[in-house]
Amino acid sequence: MKTFLSDLRGAVMATIVIAVVCCGIYPLLVYCVASCAFPEKANGSLIVAKDGTVRGSRLIGQGFAGEKYFHPRPSAAGNGYDGLSSGGSNLGPTSQTLNDAIKDRIDAYRKENGLKAGNAIPADAVTASASGLDPHISLRNAKLQTARVAKARRMAVEQVEKVILQYVEGPDLGVFGEPAVNVLTLNLALDSNVERQVAER
Amino acid sequence: MQATGWIQFVIYIVALTAITKPMGLYLMQVLDANGRTWFDPLLRPLERFTFRAMRVDPQKEHDWKQYTIAMLLFSLVGCLFTYAILRLQHLLPLNPQGFGALSPDLAFNTAVSFTTNTNWQAYSGETTMSYLSQMVGLVFHNFTSAAVGIAIAAALVRGIARQSVKTIGNFWVDMVRTSYYLLLPICGVFAVVLVSQGMIQNFKPYTKAKLIEPFKVSVEKKNDKGETIKGSDGKPVMEEQTVDEQTIPQGPMASQVAIKMLGTNGGGYVNANAAHPFENPTPLSNFLQMLSIFSIGSGLTYYLGQMVKNQRHGWTVWGVMMALFIGGVLLCWWAEAAGNPIHQKLGVAIADGNMEGKEVRFGIFNSALFATVTTDASCGAVNSMHDSFTALGGFVPLFNIQLGEIIFGGVGAGLYGMLVFVVLAVFIAGLMVGRTPEYLGKKIESYEVKMAMLALLILAIDILAFSAWASVSKWGLDGLNNNGPHGFGEMLYAYSSATGNNGSAFAGLTVNTPWYNTTLGIAMLVGRFLMIVPIMAIAGSLGRKKLAPASAGTFPVSGGTFSILLIGTVVLIGALNFLPVLTLGPVVEHFLMLQGKLF
Repeated sequence: MKTFLSDLRGAVMATIVIAVVCCGIYPLLVYCVASCAFPEKANGSLIVAKDGTVRGSRLIGQGFAGEKYFHPRPSAAGNGYDGLSSGGSNLGPTSQTLNDAIKDRIDAYRKENGLKAGNAIPADAVTASASGLDPHISLRNAKLQTARVAKARRMAVEQVEKVILQYVEGPDLGVFGEPAVNVLTLNLALDSNVERQVAER
Repeated sequence: MQATGWIQFVIYIVALTAITKPMGLYLMQVLDANGRTWFDPLLRPLERFTFRAMRVDPQKEHDWKQYTIAMLLFSLVGCLFTYAILRLQHLLPLNPQGFGALSPDLAFNTAVSFTTNTNWQAYSGETTMSYLSQMVGLVFHNFTSAAVGIAIAAALVRGIARQSVKTIGNFWVDMVRTSYYLLLPICGVFAVVLVSQGMIQNFKPYTKAKLIEPFKVSVEKKNDKGETIKGSDGKPVMEEQTVDEQTIPQGPMASQVAIKMLGTNGGGYVNANAAHPFENPTPLSNFLQMLSIFSIGSGLTYYLGQMVKNQRHGWTVWGVMMALFIGGVLLCWWAEAAGNPIHQKLGVAIADGNMEGKEVRFGIFNSALFATVTTDASCGAVNSMHDSFTALGGFVPLFNIQLGEIIFGGVGAGLYGMLVFVVLAVFIAGLMVGRTPEYLGKKIESYEVKMAMLALLILAIDILAFSAWASVSKWGLDGLNNNGPHGFGEMLYAYSSATGNNGSAFAGLTVNTPWYNTTLGIAMLVGRFLMIVPIMAIAGSLGRKKLAPASAGTFPVSGGTFSILLIGTVVLIGALNFLPVLTLGPVVEHFLMLQGKLF
């Protein structure tokens, strides 16, 4: 009994001290160092417009459906790219629901980008990501959308392709991960490019 | 299976091999009450203060029962601590989003889940947990449950290494020293590196972003009370709404993710876990997270070799783990790269593989590698949704968990789990040659074999009984997100993950219900503590034995013969226990998928 009580006392005191050290001092230290060294990243890599409004985060995808924008992947997060409902569809390989959704997406993708029936569609264009907030699409997916975007913006295809290449991220250090096009920053760049051209005129 | 994947795979294996010895040598110092580390000037005073506050004499060692009781008491106090925080969340500070208290069953499930190093999550972090609950309620266990696992492994290794003694170390010393000297310093650096990749670390309220292109959605119309309005035909009335905002979660994420990975906890800060762009921003952060999952488990095999003064044995155990790891990765990667023939028939490019539930920046290879690593270890973090893997791709993580997560394994838990198989392998070898089995000079007798079998049977019964119960109950079937064999797989995965203290899921299953929360909570407790007690009994029993000198007839526990025997034992026992049930799940699903059958 005596050892039991002393063990219990030890357990309670250990809980208190470790909670202060590992759950108080440690995260605060990380917070201080991170805020000094990487203030922009520690706060969510936010994209802030000139008037101060936040337009999104460079890391978090947004939904786009308009002709003149590159379209991101289908999203299972809420109504699509809902920042509070991250997650995938969790539909398995033999799911009828998933099969139907992919079929519809393939049809829509071919139609909006003017592709022939036999054209194989990039997998990322018709499948939902794990997070529902995937900011990226594959290079091939971006290239297949280029003609549509260029037409809607009255730009030359080569011009749009040049912009795409500026927004390819990865592979990290030349080896890690896959090359990926950041849809949000790419679309923003295209928008600002248009504004600049208009201003120059 | 592209060349870029092979290159990354080789880099991963080389990096893991390179850190094994330094980590093992460092563990020697951490797990010695009088060990010396670089951090002594800073942490020694803190360690002394902690022991004074606890009134613990660090030089006094425990026998196996005292050690186990101290561990159980500490886990109980910590569990209650977290339960209280979650239930009182609405009254506590650091809750800028104003989240309410968790329901009793969810709080029980979550507190147990984090205490047992499982980090099963029946909630989604970004809409449930306040910053305080995350940073204190959950991170506390991310540190201590990892430290407890390492302490148990150290106690077992001491039992093997020592002779004719009753004591196997002091639980408090092992746990506190592991938290302070091992986990804290690495996490401090790791967390900052993660922020450099884009992970958040702040205490701001969530950010509202104005969308670049607002969009319209059709939602069910609701009245003032929040009830759905139904039309004359009984169907809900739909209305169009314009979405022009995106809410971006914030909070102290990096400090939590560092220990979540290093301590093989795996509990995500947000629902999508390590697939979320904040929680795993770049392929580089992904690589470092995968490396950190295995780092301590790998180092512990070197620690084993040093302690028992037989480094060849340590490397042999490591080699067996590595072989099983590589096999798992290759199968999972191959299956995911081959993709789903049903979708390919619809027009999805064959070369792209199965991208449902995967992120573009990681691609097929890094998703398959992560899934294998996280289930070889008892981590359970995910960077892709296992529920959407092909049948064989999902089979690998599931089977890894069912083997007992002994392939590098959870911190500590992997080593003590593997040593149970080592005891059995030695026993089987003894039966084959007709000699009393010996392990490193210790006779393995009926007591040790009984305890080892008990640990394995508990694992199998816990998984199979609960899965069977759920699959014939309404409460079990109501949670399913998929039909057919995949639906059964969801339940099987849930109880395997809970029992194995993994925490990953076929996440379509709706588990935040009183029935699932309670049964999964019990499965986690059984899988953790009823495993540990027989293992501690083995530690105590081995420690009391005398060392017999090796003779010509001693079966060597290093080299090729022993490796093959150990791999055979692991795979055979896993297969005997679980192949029948796997046949009903992923195996039959694979053949149905090839036939194009849908559910």
